[in-house]
Amino acid sequence: MTASALALALILTAPLFGALAAMLMGRRGPAIALATIIATAAGTLILLVIIATEGAVHLAIGGWEAPLGIQLRADGLAGGFIATTALVMGAILAVAAKPFAGGKTERRSAYTFWPLALLLWGALNAIFLSGDLFNLYVGLELLTLVAVALVGIEGKRETLAAALRYMMFALMGSLLYLLGAALLYAAHGTLDIALLAERVGSAPGDIVAAAAITGGLAAKTALFPFHAWLPPAHSGAPAPASAMLSGLVPKASFYILLRFWFEAAPDLAGSGVLMLLGGLGAFAMVYGSLLALHQDRLKLIIAYSTVAQLGYLFFIFPLAGGESAAQPWAAGAWSGAIFHALSHAMAKASMFLCAGLIIEAIGHDRLPGMKGIVRALPMTVFAFALAAITLMGLPPSGGFTAKYLMMTASFAAGQPFWALMLILAGLLAAAYLYRPLALAFALPDEDAPAPKAVSRARQFAPLALALAAILLGILSAAPFAFIQIGRPGAAVEGLE
Amino acid sequence: MVLSASLLYGLCGAALIGLGLYGFVVHRRLIRRVLAFNVIGSGIFLLFGAAAYRDPVAGSDPVPQAMIITGIVVALSATALALALIVAHARLARSDALPEDDRSGDPDEGRP
Repeated sequence: MTASALALALILTAPLFGALAAMLMGRRGPAIALATIIATAAGTLILLVIIATEGAVHLAIGGWEAPLGIQLRADGLAGGFIATTALVMGAILAVAAKPFAGGKTERRSAYTFWPLALLLWGALNAIFLSGDLFNLYVGLELLTLVAVALVGIEGKRETLAAALRYMMFALMGSLLYLLGAALLYAAHGTLDIALLAERVGSAPGDIVAAAAITGGLAAKTALFPFHAWLPPAHSGAPAPASAMLSGLVPKASFYILLRFWFEAAPDLAGSGVLMLLGGLGAFAMVYGSLLALHQDRLKLIIAYSTVAQLGYLFFIFPLAGGESAAQPWAAGAWSGAIFHALSHAMAKASMFLCAGLIIEAIGHDRLPGMKGIVRALPMTVFAFALAAITLMGLPPSGGFTAKYLMMTASFAAGQPFWALMLILAGLLAAAYLYRPLALAFALPDEDAPAPKAVSRARQFAPLALALAAILLGILSAAPFAFIQIGRPGAAVEGLE
Repeated sequence: MVLSASLLYGLCGAALIGLGLYGFVVHRRLIRRVLAFNVIGSGIFLLFGAAAYRDPVAGSDPVPQAMIITGIVVALSATALALALIVAHARLARSDALPEDDRSGDPDEGRP
């Protein structure tokens, strides 16, 4: 067994075995999660070193090559997402260890959280490593079902309704995706992405298939106008679950969209389709930000902010897809969007974890209750502010690098509209994040009850994530070069 | 023109997808929407299976059949989770529709 096969096996199977073990030994959830983190992190490190030194990794499982066999592929893009997921999951599980610890009394949420969280991780890794549209379907379904269960984990009326609403969108989305995959198979006899790239575009049904796949994935990524399910679902779940749902889960369906439009079917992308996707992203950005301004609960603000931030991921399509793909600015736009996806994953997860700690301290997340919380939770508020810097796109954060790359690309491409939207997005993000931060630093009311203490060790996890998002901006050259590895048709341009 | 078997199955699949879509959009009660989801799913599987039989000499292509079986397993687990959530929600909310859809003048008659 080669080192690369070992690494891939660890990354894929450690979370799945962990989930099984956590199901069998319900009370040992935190210990099993720790073992899983160590095993998966080891696999991830090995994989990153292999990709960086030897380039993209291919593995035909059992020696069966495509189109019959199942291919695992890990290029720089997959490596970046896997590493970010490992980091974010590690921090989330560290914070979750206390509220979901198996105590003497049996609680349903403590019993179900660990298997679900580890399954979610396994599904994400399976998606990031798949090189075949049908495997992506299976991974996406596993991810969706686990995410729906996590939304409803507390079993309250509102959260169950949020989970059901999410489920209805997700069911429709997966059927559309499956229909698209069936049409592609009927026309080309394969669903392997590399083989599809040579064949797609010849059959008349291809554009229908692409539309079905895109529509299905857009519903799962909560792209405007399919965003209605996201805010109640993400704000209703317990904070560690929200952090996974908001930071990681929508990135998986976006990742599949990237693989589809940039690798499987690059020739299908007409400028109309690309403009439509970018335009919907712009709508999502404005709409989500305005609604975030209106909320008076911290978790709802963060959830609406996710709608907005996911929106401008879609600017990648007009800036780097279709005819732009061969242009010199495509690499910048493409990398900018990936940077945004990765830094948003870290910052948003950090924010939800901070919100969870604030809820633990004051018992609720209504904004007025947050007055003066900085005195009780200085590290948490600091982490929240750092994450906010990334979401606003201020230097030197990863969010700034992302915006800078996308803005230079949009001016180079002669489409300054997207740059304008990015500036507007930053301003709106600053506006809706200012309110909770200003309250956190305000003087507390005299009759306000004293917040409960939260241990420093647990406050460190969201801080580490927020710092990682900032570091992604300061040390952006290495990850920039890394995610280009194995990118098809990469005309690598530097950060000029 | 003779209606070949695979064309007939394909058309049936398309009809099922259309019927299911109609049901999914029109109904407010969640169990009916889950049923509609299953009707659409069956239509897609039928379409997929029909597409596998393209060459009368070589017979049908087994790969889509393997994918259909996987798809059925996925649809089954999704249905099970959806039903469990619907039951849990109905116990607490005394309603089998989502709050925003739950209003009088419901096109579906009767209560469970």
